[in-house]
Amino acid sequence: MRRLTHALRRHKAIYLLLLPGMLYFLLFHYLPLAGVSIAFMDYSPFLGLSGSSWIGLDNFAKLFDDPEFASTVRNTLVISFLQIAFAFPAPILLALLLNSLLSGRVKRMVQTVVYLPHFLSWVIVIAVWQQVLGGAGALADLFQQLGLGSVNVMANAETFKILLTAQVIWKDVGWGTIIFFAAIASIPTQLYESAAVDGAGPLRRTWHITLPGILPVIVLLLILKLGDVLSVGFEQILLQQPSVGAEAAQVLDTFVYFRGVLGGDWGIGAAAGLLKGVIGTLMIVAANRMARRAGSEGLF
Amino acid sequence: MTSSHRPAWVEPPNRVVTALKGMVIGLILLIMIYPLAYVILNSFASPEATTTAGLIPSEWSFSAYTTIFKGGIVQRSLIVSIAITLVGTALSLAVTATLAYALTKTRQIPGVRAALYLVLLTMLFSAGIIPNYLVVKAFGLLDSYWALIIPVLASAFNVVVMRNFFMQLPRELFEAARMDGAGELSIFVKIVLPLSKAVLAVIGLFYAVAYWNSFFNAMLYLNDASKWPIQLVLNSYVLQGASMSSMNNTEMYNLPSSQSVQMAVVVLATVPILIVYPFLQKYFTKGVLTGAIKG
Repeated sequence: MRRLTHALRRHKAIYLLLLPGMLYFLLFHYLPLAGVSIAFMDYSPFLGLSGSSWIGLDNFAKLFDDPEFASTVRNTLVISFLQIAFAFPAPILLALLLNSLLSGRVKRMVQTVVYLPHFLSWVIVIAVWQQVLGGAGALADLFQQLGLGSVNVMANAETFKILLTAQVIWKDVGWGTIIFFAAIASIPTQLYESAAVDGAGPLRRTWHITLPGILPVIVLLLILKLGDVLSVGFEQILLQQPSVGAEAAQVLDTFVYFRGVLGGDWGIGAAAGLLKGVIGTLMIVAANRMARRAGSEGLF
Repeated sequence: MTSSHRPAWVEPPNRVVTALKGMVIGLILLIMIYPLAYVILNSFASPEATTTAGLIPSEWSFSAYTTIFKGGIVQRSLIVSIAITLVGTALSLAVTATLAYALTKTRQIPGVRAALYLVLLTMLFSAGIIPNYLVVKAFGLLDSYWALIIPVLASAFNVVVMRNFFMQLPRELFEAARMDGAGELSIFVKIVLPLSKAVLAVIGLFYAVAYWNSFFNAMLYLNDASKWPIQLVLNSYVLQGASMSSMNNTEMYNLPSSQSVQMAVVVLATVPILIVYPFLQKYFTKGVLTGAIKG
């Protein structure tokens, strides 16, 4: 105790600088963990945390009996799978393509264009897509002029998951290339030179030098992505759910919001959120361990 | 051209391959640029002009913008967003910089290492939407502008990036100042901050973009439509247009629902990002990679 007061007095300035930031992290990242307990409660906002009664695992039991929850998990996994299959490799391919360009000027110009959408909000991105592909958009006009009838890509429940993947690629393919460019830049040029002297053409050099060179980064990112399968673009989906319906567009995060916050089923929403959070954290830790075992440095 | 430099060992470009690459790149550029150009240019179409898939409207006019700036909810939401972005960025930078600097003292000062771990750990979990909502409610922040700032005041990632930067500053400068009798606070304000303008600028830009773009927190915490920031107004006006008649109690719905006005709202929400983008681009590659290095 005396040592503590001594340290506090001696390093007052540093503790003072530490205070606001730590207060923020404790109040807005650690304190909410207490609210997780309502997953085990028959929570009512009027009674509050202290007044609501404990009901054990009832909320989880109800959750697993709920047919909507099953379809929610299915939607989440399907969307995640599509993104790993298509949105994940897209920046690798783009980085390889741009890397193969001889003109630095063209490369920089393309980079300037493809990085931009990353900084636009999902509301803006979807509004822009709406104007181009929606029922009153450019594509619909074109179809009408050509006499092909009406088209509204943005409100088609059947192709919605593909649309989501396309939007993710449009927004983040450029941003995703940055880390691969860094990996490519760290490959020694002599490797390419000697391969070329030995008669390997551009394609074979890409296959035998560039790809193996960036493989550790690819593996690391892929494993992290696998650790994150339960999180799919929350805002992106929330914004578009009204136009395609909940059946095609309910994912775990939107389920928590609609059921819990809007629907007033606080306990069930919190149970779904807790399940997602715990599995997500376990998977990130497991993914990191796998990444280390695969020879990469891992994140932590 | 000076910028194309081909090492001696690289074979001369093959015409077919070059043409193919050119086509692919042209297609990518078209897909990225066309939607943005279409919306920006057609926001200047007169309300009577028929929309087509073409980029150039048949009749130019500023009427969409004059309608918006006559007043009403779009104009007000822009002011709200600008204020949130300015105040939020300033507070976020202050909290991030002070915390990051204090966290460089893990060796010298008891408790700092534990604080660092507490901050790092928050990258691994999130309590979730409902627990966060309950905390914001408990602090009485619902329907307050502060609900858009305080719950997202600092990100552990940005704290780590800034701490890494501070750790690289030359130690001798601090020692010299200490010899001259400067306290930790004046070292932080007079030596550390002036040497860290670049990292403060980058992280400030990232916070500013996040505040400007913030959407869900506003939706969750603000019921009162007159307090909505631009992203939320954009959502109800452009995306959920169908349900507008049911909410005709706010001024926003006096706006004519012409396509050019919708596009103008999109453009107004995008312009600030376009303005800071050149600065962002100059710095972010560096920022992203520093962050990827372990803290």
